[in-house]
Amino acid sequence: MGVKITQDGVECTALLEGDIDHHTAKLIREAIDDYITKKRPSTLYLDFGRVRFMDSSGIGLIMGRYKNIKLLGGELWVVGASDSTKRIIKLSGLGALGVMKEER
Amino acid sequence: MKSINEMKLEFASRSSNEGFARSSIAAFVSQLDPTISELADIKTAVSEAVTNCIVHGYSKTLGVISVTAQIFENRVIIRVRDRGCGIPNVDQAMEPLFTTGGEERSGLGFAVMQSFMDSVKVSSRPDKGTTVILEKNIIPRMSKVGCPS
Ligand SMILES: Nc1ncnc2c1ncn2[C@@H]1O[C@H](COP(=O)(O)OP(=O)(O)OP(=O)(O)O)[C@@H](O)[C@H]1O
Ligand SMILES: [Mg+2]
Repeated sequence: MGVKITQDGVECTALLEGDIDHHTAKLIREAIDDYITKKRPSTLYLDFGRVRFMDSSGIGLIMGRYKNIKLLGGELWVVGASDSTKRIIKLSGLGALGVMKEER
Repeated sequence: MKSINEMKLEFASRSSNEGFARSSIAAFVSQLDPTISELADIKTAVSEAVTNCIVHGYSKTLGVISVTAQIFENRVIIRVRDRGCGIPNVDQAMEPLFTTGGEERSGLGFAVMQSFMDSVKVSSRPDKGTTVILEKNIIPRMSKVGCPS
């Protein structure tokens, strides 16, 4: 479980791995917030391609990062979500933010 | 009705136990031969209920969470209980997006439980604690693949 953050020009990708729950979301959140405050990327991709499990803590994680990157003048995309992750995202109404993308 | 099998888990309300709780329940329920998606639903619902005990029930203390599971022929009943602060208004708490948890919580835990399980019941008393009862029908594998019985 965890997160790997890579930068490509003004875009950065946070590759999320393993299980996302309340316990792991805290560490992931801190790593991403730290990174975007320092590097100020124009675009943040949250890549769910390697996520095996996610509960509603994942929604809080996406929402919080969305707010933070907007405050810094950037944009956020959610990529690589599995069908079960998409089910929870759908339930949350997050889709209305227009952040979902199949691939980056 | 008598259950085929039963189990009980008790653990400290530390967030590192969230994964332990949902994986243990999934391992126990596996004897009903559920589909991957049925098992994923149960894991998610258990994770929501256990996280609520830790985040809300025992927000200021460390307490004990108990999770029991009962297996019937084609049904599983899971009870998640804390002896924490309780919920003053259960109907309001179960409304989608209602949260007392602040910024990083979305108020979707109960909505996820309801959408992923067949029945969700909550009983709670302020200062006594909260019990969430989750039920799901597990369709026997024989009828899933359409075998004549
Ligand atoms: N075990 C509990 N003890 C005390 N209060 C609880 C408990 N479970 C739920 N609640 C109350 O019910 C509210 C709604 O719970 P729900 O799981 O739907 O959302 P949340 O936990 O606030 O956010 P999310 O689950 O999306 O992270 C909580 O904010 C809390 O006020
Ligand atoms: Mg919750």
